[in-house]
Amino acid sequence: MTPGLMQDGAQRMAHAHHRRSSATVSGDRRPGIGRLHVPGEIDVTHGRILYLEDVHVSFDGFKAINGLSLDIAPGELRCIIGPNGAGKTTMMDIITGKTRPDRGRVFLGSTIDLLRYREADIATMGIGRKFQKPTVFEHLSVFENLELALAANKSVRSSLLFRLTPLQRERLAEVLITIQLGTHAKDLAGTLSHGQKQWLEIGMLLMQEPRLLLLDEPVAGMTDEETERTAELFLSLKGKHSLVVVEHDMNFIRAIADTVTVLCDGAVLAEGTLDHVQADQRVIDVYLGR
Amino acid sequence: MSAPHSISDLAHDLPVPAPVLTRRGWSVFWMAVVAIAVLAPLANLVIPEGQPLHLSGYMVGLLGKIMCYAICALAIDLIWGYTGILSLGHGLFFALGGYVMGMYLMRQIGLDGNYKSPLPDFMIFLDWKELPWHWALSDSLPATLALIVLVPAVVAYIFGYFAFRSRIKGVYFSIITQALTFAALLLFFRNETGLGGNNGFTDFKRIADIPLATAGMRMLLFVLTGTVLLACYVGARWLVRSKFGRVLQAVRDSESRLMFCGYNPLPYKLAIWTVSAVMCGIAGALYVPQVGIINPSELSTANSIEMVIWAAVGGRATLIGPIIGAFIVNGAKSWLTVAFPEFWLYVLGALFIGVTLYLPHGVVGLWRQMMAKLAAGRSGGAP
Repeated sequence: MTPGLMQDGAQRMAHAHHRRSSATVSGDRRPGIGRLHVPGEIDVTHGRILYLEDVHVSFDGFKAINGLSLDIAPGELRCIIGPNGAGKTTMMDIITGKTRPDRGRVFLGSTIDLLRYREADIATMGIGRKFQKPTVFEHLSVFENLELALAANKSVRSSLLFRLTPLQRERLAEVLITIQLGTHAKDLAGTLSHGQKQWLEIGMLLMQEPRLLLLDEPVAGMTDEETERTAELFLSLKGKHSLVVVEHDMNFIRAIADTVTVLCDGAVLAEGTLDHVQADQRVIDVYLGR
Repeated sequence: MSAPHSISDLAHDLPVPAPVLTRRGWSVFWMAVVAIAVLAPLANLVIPEGQPLHLSGYMVGLLGKIMCYAICALAIDLIWGYTGILSLGHGLFFALGGYVMGMYLMRQIGLDGNYKSPLPDFMIFLDWKELPWHWALSDSLPATLALIVLVPAVVAYIFGYFAFRSRIKGVYFSIITQALTFAALLLFFRNETGLGGNNGFTDFKRIADIPLATAGMRMLLFVLTGTVLLACYVGARWLVRSKFGRVLQAVRDSESRLMFCGYNPLPYKLAIWTVSAVMCGIAGALYVPQVGIINPSELSTANSIEMVIWAAVGGRATLIGPIIGAFIVNGAKSWLTVAFPEFWLYVLGALFIGVTLYLPHGVVGLWRQMMAKLAAGRSGGAP
């Protein structure tokens, strides 16, 4: 490399740095053309935190997802309904990196191509997921479950010497109170009731401090009172986080939903307010009417 | 339902990290150190034969051997009990450590072999004129000590990397470890491998230029093995008490949940797999000078499976359990193979089935259950 080339490079970098540091916010948007891509940062300047376009997946010839396109705005709470086998869980598998689509595009913000990453990377980028069946670490205590989920360096070396900071302890206590398991901190997660496990799993998601939460049937098996509290919790999360909730419980959806998307046969059938989709004849035929 | 806690109150009440050993645990630990490093040598070397407190040379050899097995059981507990990965191939790492030590001991024979040659006897027998390349470091004790750790570590790391990266799990992983060990058995059987073929290594004379076949040397190896066992136990306790240990248990309970929490399980599995293999390798290296022989039978299927049985009998994911299990099973074995030699394998099989069906938490689990019942009975009986 010649000195001339090196000098040019240094100048280019200085120029780019100058542009980045002098960029101003105008009209609620960062200056478009001069904006630099920052690796690992979710870019929502285009008003979308999650963006799926024409996604296809088939398992042994069965088309589980068939041309699915969907987008979620930052801070939105989106409910997804649909009959069994509509592809709701498969969609979550694709977003979280568990399943690779045959074709299509999946973006987090406008710069991160999720199809290029593995599960753990995607989770670290800010997508939290709750499984359909409550999945917690049964042989660890409630406290230890939350501690594992805590947003922190997750390499082997830092785990060996890990100690909670006072700030992290406060955060853990805050989440314990939010999920109403404060008195159960030392109990083994395996001894909790079904509803409590659901809450613990939601608590683990909160510890991760995700930007986007994917929740697969979060109130299944909960009592009416627990369901009500869950609705309150989700409404309080809306705005700070984006939520995608898959549910069958219509009362729960009525309590929380702005926009409802109906999936059928691996594609979007209808989208709009709950009243709007409930009036749609196609939706009644495939799902509600049964 | 939940008490009216403020956040800072609750944060204050949250559990603090548990110490590696409790105060009582440390006192038991130091008692074990005294028993191994002071009482055993006294009973064996100072108290004369015929006295009731005399520890015979046979017992020193037997206990030393069982302590090597206990290190293996501890290694199995880390990978199987805590991480949920069942290895049926830890005999390989045991043999690798043993063979590295064996090569050094063969070189220590010097000119005292049957053929009075500087080369090991089996090489003369094969008409080899010089040492093969892989014997290059076998003259040096420091190099041997390093290789005892490095050889199992490198083999485990490479195998583990490919197996875990391909997400091979459960019974498939177990079968592959078994196959790997069997492949190694066939390799070590060959004379061309340069490791003594099916006879392996034996007739050792010295270690670090000191004769092996003395009561003092036997005692020294016994104390060394006991110390290593205790150190491995404390090290393993430290590992499983850290957040690292809790991640391992999370791998066992629900690996996919762990991935969606942002952990990459690969480096965790690879780390504990390699640590476990190295522990087995060290155990093998301590074993060989005490029993005076190493041959490919150490790589047989049954040996690797027996290690798993020790851990199961003692109690998985307890650390102390597998050590106890190694003593119980091998104690019974050394008695039964003398008293009823043809029945041992039936007893072993029955033991494994019995433990699996009736004692899923092993002897330690049974003990804890009894203690809990006693405590419950006492508090229930109190007014």
